Amino acid sequence: MKALSVSKAVSALMLAGLVLLPLYSQLSGNVFILTLFTRIVILALAAASLNLIMGFGGMMSFGHAAYLGIGGYAVGMLAQEGVGSGWIQFPVALAASAIYALVIGALSLRTRGVYFIMITLAFAQMAYYVASGLARYGGDDGLTVYKRSDFSGLINLSDRTQFYYLCLACLFGVMLLIWRIVNSRFGLVVQGLRSNEQRMQAIGFPAKRYQLVCFVISGTMCGLAGALLANNTDFVSPAVMYWTRSGDLMVMVILGGMGTLFGPVMGAVVFLLLEEFLSQITEYWALIMGPLLLLIVLFGRGGIMGVLGRAGRG
Amino acid sequence: MLLVVEQFLNGLQFGLLLFLLAAGLTLVFGIMDLVNLAHGSLYMMGAYFAATFAAWTGSFLLGALMALGATLVLGIVLEMSALRHLYGRDHLDHVLATFGLILFFNEAVRLIWGPAGLALPLPAWLTVPVPILPGIHYPAYRLAIIVVALLVALLLYLGVMRTRIGMLIRAGASNREMIGALGINIKLLYTLVFGLGAALAGLAGLMQAPILTVQIGMGENILILAFVIIVIGGIGSIRGAFLAAIFVGMIDTLGRAFLPNLLRQVLSGAAASTAAPALSSMLIYLLMAIVLVVRPEGLFPANRR
Repeated sequence: MKALSVSKAVSALMLAGLVLLPLYSQLSGNVFILTLFTRIVILALAAASLNLIMGFGGMMSFGHAAYLGIGGYAVGMLAQEGVGSGWIQFPVALAASAIYALVIGALSLRTRGVYFIMITLAFAQMAYYVASGLARYGGDDGLTVYKRSDFSGLINLSDRTQFYYLCLACLFGVMLLIWRIVNSRFGLVVQGLRSNEQRMQAIGFPAKRYQLVCFVISGTMCGLAGALLANNTDFVSPAVMYWTRSGDLMVMVILGGMGTLFGPVMGAVVFLLLEEFLSQITEYWALIMGPLLLLIVLFGRGGIMGVLGRAGRG
Repeated sequence: MLLVVEQFLNGLQFGLLLFLLAAGLTLVFGIMDLVNLAHGSLYMMGAYFAATFAAWTGSFLLGALMALGATLVLGIVLEMSALRHLYGRDHLDHVLATFGLILFFNEAVRLIWGPAGLALPLPAWLTVPVPILPGIHYPAYRLAIIVVALLVALLLYLGVMRTRIGMLIRAGASNREMIGALGINIKLLYTLVFGLGAALAGLAGLMQAPILTVQIGMGENILILAFVIIVIGGIGSIRGAFLAAIFVGMIDTLGRAFLPNLLRQVLSGAAASTAAPALSSMLIYLLMAIVLVVRPEGLFPANRR
């Protein structure tokens, strides 16, 4: 019981901190921290969506950043063509991510293990090159989003605080959804498939179909993160989809604790804060970050949530 | 005709270079079951070592030899200090840990050599065009790459298929526990294999260095290509890696050279010139996707796990 309470207490503290952050930013006059945390919340959303297939579903996707790009480009391209309404941009971003995930998933799920890691990586690289070739939308240089999505006065995305809370609401919504999914019959089947696919198939569950649906849900969620990210940076470029970005997302999930609800969020917060903190100390922050990752893998099994759980157990 | 022959040779040269990289990767994967994303960093280190040593000694060949030794040592140190502890762990752990190593190497290079790239100038005798067919000349250096890489491939084949160490390597790939039980020093074997893979990556890096600039991150794009190759070829299979590497090198080079013109025949000029670069970069990924859909274990699966 005590083991649960330590990680639960830390998670609750973190969520409370995220909710109260704009207040702190207002009081201290530190605007930068709000911008930083908006980015963190968006990437936490992406990491949470990756965790759904990676942690719960056992599908190691190394191409998750592709959805960030697809969601982002949906917003950017529509804005460029004069469609500024968020009511159109966001559904299009989600639908595009879902369709991409459906196609990629249907093909990739034929393979398993390292082959799955590699084929998802290959598809993401393809998406990267397609985006680089979009001369009309900036090509390699990327696309500037001159106007943020317009939600007809309901919410103003250019207002830092409002935008932050929109992102946070999306994150909480997605986490709630993941929690519901994981504990539903569907989620139990997907987790069963992770533990033993053969046995589940023998019972009579169509394995691939369950996994594909899970894959599409995850991709759609990440597309939402992409649409938010494009609004946050006012810019979208192929670099968002580069394979190292997919690696970053994986690192966040594993760092926080795979297959836990709060782990990916914690991983995103810690990873990005660490990156920010180290880059302020030294220009060569990755010199410390790299070996740190190695040490986490070697000694910190189960990520932060795992360590917290063990600490609780004493 | 001239262009076709030249591009064909370029494709062969690129493919052979990719093979050097993929061979180490597939050996390490097949035998130690280790996914090593940092393999591209060893390739980069090979290039940086070569540029530095060549500048010190004033001799390209001497610099290249020293760089080869240096990457071998670096690989062995890396294996003994870090990667050894990852054997038997989850593939995901490998991905995360070696991703960390990439960050480390890129940053270490920036710290030591600075953010600007280096150049590795060729000696005069390697820059002359050599006549290969009547009326067709090809740069001597690229020809040298083809010869060296083919020699290495042959040595590797003979080494793996005909020597005692090679036999142990193959045995290790098919059943790790068994060869340990038979009294083989598996730790030493692993270190040797990793060092060999590192040296091959370093060789690829230092040979590529005079053609491209030596820069940070140069290992990452080519690493992905090497992964594509071992996945197409079937993980753990050197023969598969060789054939897939030549295939990928050819497709990539020929695609970049001829696809724009081909597209121009069917599409309008503007559409073709925008679609061609993206399409030719995508070509090999498309190829890999098709191979994996048709043969999920690659074209030449080495062994069933």
